[in-house]
Amino acid sequence: MALSRSGSKLLKPISPFFSSAPSILSRSISSSNDSITVETSIPFTAHNCEPPSRSVTTSAAELQSFFRDMALMRRMEIAADSLYKAKLIRGFCHLYDGQEAVAVGMEAAITRKDCIITAYRDHCTFLSRGGTLIEVFAELMGRRDGMSNGKGGSMHFYRKQGGFYGGHGIVGAQVPLGCGLAFAQKYSKDENVTFAMYGDDGMGTAEWRAAKSPAYYKRGDYVPGLKVDGMDAFAVKQACKFAKEHALKNGPIILEMDTYRYHGHSMSDPGSTYRTRDEISGVRQERDPIERIRKLLLAHEISTEAELKDIEKEVRKEVDNAIAKAKESEMPHPSELFTNVYVKGLGVEAYGADRKELRATLP
Amino acid sequence: MAALFQAPTAFSSSNSLDSNKFNHSPSPRSLSERKSSILTVRSDARSNPLLNSAAHKPHRFITNAVATKPDTSLASTSSKPGHELLLFEALREGLEEEMERDPRVCVMGEDVGHYGGSYKVTKGLATKFGDLRVLDTPIAENSFTGMGIGAAMTGLRPIIEGMNMGFLLLAFNQISNNCGMLHYTSGGQFKIPVVIRGPGGVGRQLGAEHSQRLESYFQSIPGIQMVACSTPYNAKGLMKAAIRSENPVILFEHVLLYNLKDRIPDEEYVLSLEEAEMVRPGEHVTILTYSRMRYHVMQAAKTLVNKGYDPEVIDIRSLKPFDLHTIGKSVKKTHRVLIVEECMRTGGIGASLTAAITENFNDDLDAPIVCLSSQDVPTPYAGTLEEWTVVQPAQIVTAVEQLCQ
Repeated sequence: MALSRSGSKLLKPISPFFSSAPSILSRSISSSNDSITVETSIPFTAHNCEPPSRSVTTSAAELQSFFRDMALMRRMEIAADSLYKAKLIRGFCHLYDGQEAVAVGMEAAITRKDCIITAYRDHCTFLSRGGTLIEVFAELMGRRDGMSNGKGGSMHFYRKQGGFYGGHGIVGAQVPLGCGLAFAQKYSKDENVTFAMYGDDGMGTAEWRAAKSPAYYKRGDYVPGLKVDGMDAFAVKQACKFAKEHALKNGPIILEMDTYRYHGHSMSDPGSTYRTRDEISGVRQERDPIERIRKLLLAHEISTEAELKDIEKEVRKEVDNAIAKAKESEMPHPSELFTNVYVKGLGVEAYGADRKELRATLP
Repeated sequence: MAALFQAPTAFSSSNSLDSNKFNHSPSPRSLSERKSSILTVRSDARSNPLLNSAAHKPHRFITNAVATKPDTSLASTSSKPGHELLLFEALREGLEEEMERDPRVCVMGEDVGHYGGSYKVTKGLATKFGDLRVLDTPIAENSFTGMGIGAAMTGLRPIIEGMNMGFLLLAFNQISNNCGMLHYTSGGQFKIPVVIRGPGGVGRQLGAEHSQRLESYFQSIPGIQMVACSTPYNAKGLMKAAIRSENPVILFEHVLLYNLKDRIPDEEYVLSLEEAEMVRPGEHVTILTYSRMRYHVMQAAKTLVNKGYDPEVIDIRSLKPFDLHTIGKSVKKTHRVLIVEECMRTGGIGASLTAAITENFNDDLDAPIVCLSSQDVPTPYAGTLEEWTVVQPAQIVTAVEQLCQ
């Protein structure tokens, strides 16, 4: 039975974590499909359950794909920052750089039939669920080729076939929706789970108890919880795999992803009024998720320094091309104002109680 | 109806404590020209309807609320003296004056204290009054709105700030059931003197959830009053009136109007919560509007005047109840009504106003009432689509031309 569980992402670390270098590595032949075992940076802390092991099996191919995906996400968010400053993106823009490990690690542990729902910091999660760069940039710039035809904006990315349910602007509103997704999964008995994600500024909403205690993974009280280093993609992957199995057997579980965003909350927040620049650069040096993967790739001799640089250059070009293409996309046509307010073809189309635009087509 | 006129107070020429901060001009003129010692509650900064029996003298209309040139016409004593400030500063001034005047007044909301308010309306207040009187709440609208209402039941006078009006949807239960109903259901034992305020309206590409106009949803709730401010002058006056009111008042501000600059009087003034404001007297058509649409209307009015029309523009300000006295007088004069609002077509303020005018003044109308509102769609993110959602000045001009045929 599939049940809901929440992963919460802490945006500031409670106590500084250290050492991004993996402690024990088992040497392996570096052919792409052979399994490599990697240790997570720190052991998991558990509440009301047995924590999973620190050793995660992976492969060279997976390591490389992690690196590429995270580099792409990082590049995309930084490009979005420049576009915002150039006033091509307006309104709200919440950037995810620094937190890529959560999106990438989670995706590696689950299938597209499992559902993910999150709040407004959704660009990278959308990408990890199968979205394309052009859809992202066109949507951010309000163009017709965007994900929601330019009508949603930064906070409203969805992908039905990828199992990604958004993209929500009101803090905490996505959590009951996540419950609903899981309820439907339980109802249809299809052995899938839902990850309902929220950040620590969603913790204070009416749907959940206000977070006076920072031990978020224990907030569920009788609900089991796991505290995970959210900057380590393998820890995230292991935790999500564990959580999925747990949820299918025993019910909801809370995952506290201890992650960190480099940008401020949104583009109007410099991110330096409540933390020091030293803190940000400290985390960047010691816990950066992409650096961790880079070190693993080099240590296991799967890729060379030059190859990794090439991948980054390639990714940069990909992002630039997508932006150029998105810029060429047109603004939505005025008639788009009225599309998708209701589902068409199911009877009366009307806008407003006075039915000025009534067209009755009976089914 | 709550008693909103302040008891007669002598004017003093000393500025309230912090207006000096915003006083860009040299020391204000003395107020010896003031005609009476009764607090005159004005519906606009120029003519005084209480003292002038000849109502609408023709004079220049304000086409935009930037610092006005010196007024060359008659007895306005308040246009030269006074100080210039932005709308959010006017709100803060009103708030601060009331907090100094009455120790029971307190503020609660997200980021109002330490951060100073997401639109700087409460900047500096927490340092001055302490962080209990200017309380930072967690992101729990239902909870802190309820908390404010509970505090009001015991005698405090909280001002509850919604960071964006749209978030108050999460507190709808508290506002409808508790705020609006408790005075009634308790047989008059409990008063709820809260002010619920926050920015709403369509901004610049903020997306559907952050561009809502809640006045249409709240207008049915019995027991509350609703006002919408549109200039620094009426922002301060309405804020003070709302705080002094014994009834729950919802004060609607607009995200795009916070940086409007204008000159406001140095002396203390309070406006009436139930009064509409005559922005521009005229003869041909009555245009009723409020909040940001006032500026679109005034822009259209410029074009209309050039085309030879004489529109009368009224900023209704009081969304619940409507000032049918002022509106009725105007309808009886012009016999044509155009309502321009930012609410959606369905169930908006315009819809209620249309019904109210039709019921009360049907015989005075020469033409059906035209109501221009936003489209009944979630506000899109794309800039061009967002523009088409909201009423633009060109549409207002066309509507007046059609109405006046």
